[in-house]
Amino acid sequence: MEFLYNLLIDPFVQMVELPDFFLQVLWEGFVSGVLYALIALGFVLIFKASGVFNFAQGIMVVFAALSLVGLYALGMPAYIALIATIAIMGILAVAVQKTIFHHLVNQPDIILLMATIGLTYFLIGFGEFVFGGDPKVMITEELGLPTGSTAFDVLGGLVILQHIDIAAAVIAIIMVTALAIFFNKTRIGRALRAVADDHQAALSVGISLDQIWIIVWFAAGIVALATGIMWGARSDVSFALEIIAFKALPVLILGGFTSIPGAIVGGLIIGIGEKIGEIYWGPLVGGGIESWLAYVIALIFLLFRPQGLFGEKIIERV
Amino acid sequence: MLYREAGQFKTTYEADQAMFPIAQDRIGVLVILAIALVIPLAASDFVIASIMIPFLIFALATIGLNILTGYAGQLSLGTGAFMGVGAYACYKLTTIFPDVNIVILVLISGLFSAGIGIVFGLPSLRIKGLYLAVTTLAAQFFLEWCFIRIPWLYNYNNSGAIEVPERTGFGGFVLAGPASPPITRYYVVLGIVIVMTLLVKNIIRGRIGRTWMMIRDMDIAAELIGVRPLAAKLSAFAVSSYICGVAGAMLVFFWLGAAEPSAFAITLSFQILFMAILGGLGSLIGCFFGAAFIWVLPVLLRTGLPSIGIEIGAETVEHVSRMIVGALIIFFLIVEPHGLARLWQILKEKLRVWPFPYA
Repeated sequence: MEFLYNLLIDPFVQMVELPDFFLQVLWEGFVSGVLYALIALGFVLIFKASGVFNFAQGIMVVFAALSLVGLYALGMPAYIALIATIAIMGILAVAVQKTIFHHLVNQPDIILLMATIGLTYFLIGFGEFVFGGDPKVMITEELGLPTGSTAFDVLGGLVILQHIDIAAAVIAIIMVTALAIFFNKTRIGRALRAVADDHQAALSVGISLDQIWIIVWFAAGIVALATGIMWGARSDVSFALEIIAFKALPVLILGGFTSIPGAIVGGLIIGIGEKIGEIYWGPLVGGGIESWLAYVIALIFLLFRPQGLFGEKIIERV
Repeated sequence: MLYREAGQFKTTYEADQAMFPIAQDRIGVLVILAIALVIPLAASDFVIASIMIPFLIFALATIGLNILTGYAGQLSLGTGAFMGVGAYACYKLTTIFPDVNIVILVLISGLFSAGIGIVFGLPSLRIKGLYLAVTTLAAQFFLEWCFIRIPWLYNYNNSGAIEVPERTGFGGFVLAGPASPPITRYYVVLGIVIVMTLLVKNIIRGRIGRTWMMIRDMDIAAELIGVRPLAAKLSAFAVSSYICGVAGAMLVFFWLGAAEPSAFAITLSFQILFMAILGGLGSLIGCFFGAAFIWVLPVLLRTGLPSIGIEIGAETVEHVSRMIVGALIIFFLIVEPHGLARLWQILKEKLRVWPFPYA
């Protein structure tokens, strides 16, 4: 009986009693949700255009952040280093397309997935080889990102907002808007959607698959860089960041693999749900449930909508 | 023309449906078995303990995953956790029944894993494809959390790890524990792997295996001609988890000797998945190829690179071997997306007509 009380009533009582704390938790969840959404966005971009489930997105985040920090350490000014890193992500996009996916057009999903896992291995080895394995500090201030925090008086308590978190949210919104405009209004964006719809039809009207895929990989690289900067500013830049790729998976599955709004909504649901679950229900079972709660949330949603929240309806024919 | 099967006529159905209908295949299998049996006489303890034993165990785990992913078409990222269930079940069983032969307990512990596998397999009836990955990932992270948070599972040890106690059997042989010689453990592992492989080979050739493949190829069509998806999918989850569980129990009891929950982390799941895909989905011999490639190659690189004169630090060797493994995975996928098993098949076709390109 007491367990049921703790499970069903007590958490809500706590929420009402300490509304400022609840808001703080919501905000924290929102921020991690934004970051999950950013990683998921990188996945969606590539999956939409090529059907490749890019497992390497997580390591691309690390790789971009490490390049940025590494180039800065070499003595480049922060903004030049940023531009150089974008160039590196461009080179990576071309290299990946020309050496790997050009040869794997029209292969089954799982083979493409496997190739990106091979790429992950390679990038981990390469990154450690070039930059070394120890964690580095992100050059937050040098890039002109705010670092302080502001406290607000809300509902008789304090809610503390880190400026970098606000910046992350703003940058995420800008990137999503830019990508949405790029997809819907430009010539390349239309070609991209054509490729996503049907590879062969797109080829037959003269769209170059190679070119389009390089563009999406490059866009995913830039998203990875933004994610790397934001995530690196909250913790260190190290290969441990790679595990955030696993966090993106439930986000993607929840939102549907092909939907950009899905990635964002999914990210927010997972981010907020995970934080609230951990803080209000976690102590019941000994804490640490953050590691699997995201998957269970996604699983529950999936049982009702097997194609994800925003995925295209699955029509099966024999 | 190195070998050909011309002239081998089958006169009975039994002969035609035999596991290895071609005489050369039978000889080949016997030769491999003979080599596997005499390897300990020639190889050092290092080779047996850190190459052969893990190779066999990983091959068995890969077979387990291959049943689910390769034959029944259900993607799984939770292999590591299912192996962990087997290991922890075996640990608890041997604590409760210390006098029972450890090999029997290893085989029983797979049943627990199978039960957990069925539970996490239930959503597969509704969720398909890549989306199913979330179910097995939930299993992976949830079970890993259980291994850490439920102290009963590791007998309330302070270290939080399970340590293998000494176990003897088969007339005084030390089968598990720190005092157990690698050769004994090798033969035990070899025996279990051979039995399991034969078992799986026959399940796959039979009715159950065929229903799995029908579900994989097109589940709606299979359902229309009378395959029950519930029975087929759940039996695939059960058999696959059983074998993974046995492999996990062997991993701890016959190889590592002690294991923390992190030994069954998602990296293990991915390692097994690499082996399955690179070896060839839907192929048993591919499991052994994949395990050899993913497990033995990095070991060889680590020990081999310094010995051929490339003198670099231990860390750099680690990094370079990762790069090489990654590049080789991509290379093999481009050359033959259906895995090493398909390459082996092509090679056999070529040898059959050699030295002519066509015949």
